[in-house]
Amino acid sequence: MSTEAREAPQAPEDPRRGTLRSGKGRLADPIFKWVVAACGTTVLVILALMVIRTTSEAWPVFAKEGFFGFLFGETWNPGRSRTEITGTYGAWPFIYGTMVTAVIAIAIALPLSIMVAVYLTHLAPRRLAKPLSYTVELLAAVPSVIFGLWGLHWFLPTVLRPFFTWLESILGWFFLFEGPVRGVGYLPAGIVLAIMILPIMTAIIREVIAVQPVEQQMAAYALGSTRWEVITKVILPASFSGIVAAAMLGLGRALGETIAVLMLIGGSQSWGASLFGTGSSMASHIAATFGESSPESRIALMAIGVALFLVTMIVNILARVVVWRLGQFTGDAAV
Amino acid sequence: MSTATTTPPSAQHTPLSQRPPGSGYRRLKDRSASVLLTAAMVLAMIPLILIIFEVTRRGIGVVSLEFFTETEPPPRREGGGYAAGFFGTLYIMALSILMSIPLGIATAVYVVEYGPNRLTSAIRFFTDVMTGIPSIFVGLFVYGLLVIGWGGMGFGTFAGAVAIGVMMLPIVTRSAEEMLRLVPEEMRNASYGLGARKWQTIMHTVLPAAAPGLATGSMLAVARGIGETAPLLLTAFGSGLVVTAFQGEAQGAVPMQLYRGATQPFEAGIDRAWGAALCLFVLVLLFTVLARWIGSRGTR
Repeated sequence: MSTEAREAPQAPEDPRRGTLRSGKGRLADPIFKWVVAACGTTVLVILALMVIRTTSEAWPVFAKEGFFGFLFGETWNPGRSRTEITGTYGAWPFIYGTMVTAVIAIAIALPLSIMVAVYLTHLAPRRLAKPLSYTVELLAAVPSVIFGLWGLHWFLPTVLRPFFTWLESILGWFFLFEGPVRGVGYLPAGIVLAIMILPIMTAIIREVIAVQPVEQQMAAYALGSTRWEVITKVILPASFSGIVAAAMLGLGRALGETIAVLMLIGGSQSWGASLFGTGSSMASHIAATFGESSPESRIALMAIGVALFLVTMIVNILARVVVWRLGQFTGDAAV
Repeated sequence: MSTATTTPPSAQHTPLSQRPPGSGYRRLKDRSASVLLTAAMVLAMIPLILIIFEVTRRGIGVVSLEFFTETEPPPRREGGGYAAGFFGTLYIMALSILMSIPLGIATAVYVVEYGPNRLTSAIRFFTDVMTGIPSIFVGLFVYGLLVIGWGGMGFGTFAGAVAIGVMMLPIVTRSAEEMLRLVPEEMRNASYGLGARKWQTIMHTVLPAAAPGLATGSMLAVARGIGETAPLLLTAFGSGLVVTAFQGEAQGAVPMQLYRGATQPFEAGIDRAWGAALCLFVLVLLFTVLARWIGSRGTR
C-alpha cells in the first residue's frame, strides 16, 4: 500500500483507488456476507418453523386429551369432524411399538456394531479393512423402502418365519415369545431396523476406536496382554462414551424410521407383550393412516409427530453433545 | 524390543520372543474372540449381499424399456411400468436439488469463511441435529406449512420437493463444511495477496478448490433424497399418472409407487415393485459410488 501511495500523486484520480475499502465493488463484500449469512440462518428458521407450525397445528389435540393423557391413552378412535376434536386420541399403542422395535434394534445392532468396528480397526488385514468398512457403509445407502420390500417379500417368509416358528415352539411359554406367529410384527420390524442402523453405529464406533492413543495399547501388549485383553480392557473402556453416543444416534434413527417398519410391523392399532404380535410405531401409524384420514385425525397424527420429534430430538441432542465433547467424529460416512 | 536382549536371559525362563502371548487359557480366549469378531464381520456383510442378490434376481426380468415409458395398470394386471413414478422423482429431485444444494453450500461458506462466532456454532449444532429429524416429521411439517397451512397450496410436486430438500440440506451442509475446511489457508492468502476481495477469493479460489468434495457431498445427498418415501406420502401424496403440474395436483414418485405396489396382495404389482427396487438401487449405488470416486480423486 505504501508504494502505491508514493506513486499516487501522478494519478489524477482518487489516490485510494484500487485499495480494498474503496472504489467500484466496495459493497460486494458486505452483500456477499449478508447473503451467505441469510442462507445459514435458513437452517435455524426451518427448524423454528417446524416446531412452531406442527405444535400449533397439533395443539387442539393436546388441549383436549392433555399431554400425558395423549401419551398414555390406549384408545385411538378418530372422529370425522372438520372443525373440532371429537374423537379419542391415545397414542400409547404406537409409543409402545416404537419403543419395542427400537429396543430390539439396539439390542441386536449394538453388540454387532462394536464387534464389527473392533474387527475393522484391529483385526482386519490392512488391505481388506477399507473395502470392508466401505461395504458396511454402503448398507446405509440402501433406501428404506427397499429394506421394507426385501424384508416383507424375502427375509420374512424365507428366514424369519421359520425361525420364529421354531422359537415359539421352544420359548412359547415365555410371555415375550407367545404365539401365534403371524409373520409381520414387532420382532421382524426390530430385526430389519437393526440391519438399517448397523452402518451408522459401526461408522461412529470405528472412528472412536481408531483415534484411541496407540501408546496405551502398546503398553498393554508389552505387559503381555493378549489382543482380546487389550480390546476389552484398554480400547473398549476408553471408547465407552463414543459407544454410548453411537447407540443413541442409532436409537434416534430407529425411533424415526418409517417405511421399513410400516411394511413389517403389521399395522394394527392395539398392543401386546408378545414380540410376535402386530402393532404400529408412531411413524408407521402416521404414514399408514394419513392417506385416508379425516382432517381431524390428521391433526391428531400431527400430535403424534410432535411427540416423536420431541423424543428423537432429546436423544439426538444428548448424543451430539457426547460426540461434540469427544471431538470431531460424527460418522460422516453414514449420515 | 532390542533392549530386552541386552539383559542376560535367566536359565529358568525361555527367552521372551519364544514365549506365546499368554497362557493356554488366555490364548484360547484370544483365538475364540478373533473367530467371534470375524464371524460378526461376516454377519454384517450378509444382509447387503442378500439384498443385492434378491433385488437383482427378482427385478431384472421386470425392467425393460416399457418399464420407463408406460404408466402402471391396476395392480392385478401385468405389464406396464413406473413412468409416472420416474417422471415424478425426476421432477421432485430437480426442484429439491435447486433448493437445497446452493443453500447448503452457502451455509457452509458462511460457517467456514465467516466463523466461528455464536451464530455459526448454532448453525453447526442445529445442522447436526437436523440430520436426526425423522423423515415422517419433515413430511408433517411441510404438510402443515404448505399443503394446508399458510400456503394452502394442496398436495403436489413443490411440496414434495421442499420436504426432500429439507432432508437433503443438512447432508449437503455438513459435507460442504468439511470440504471447505480442507482448502489450505495458503490458497486464500495467495488470493488476498493478489488483491482479491473476500467474495472473489471464495467464489474464484475456495469453491473451485473444494469442487470435487462439494460434488461428493451433493451426490450423497441426492442418493439419500431419491430413496425417501415417508415425507412424500404426506406432501406429494402419490399419483399413478404423469403429472406436470408444479403444485396443486398430487404427484407420484418411484419409492412411493414401490411401497404401494409391494403392500398390495397382487403378484403383478409386487413384481413391478421389485423392478422399481432394482432401478432405485442402481440409481442410489451409482450416485454413492460415483460420489466416493470423485471424492477420492479430489483429495488424492
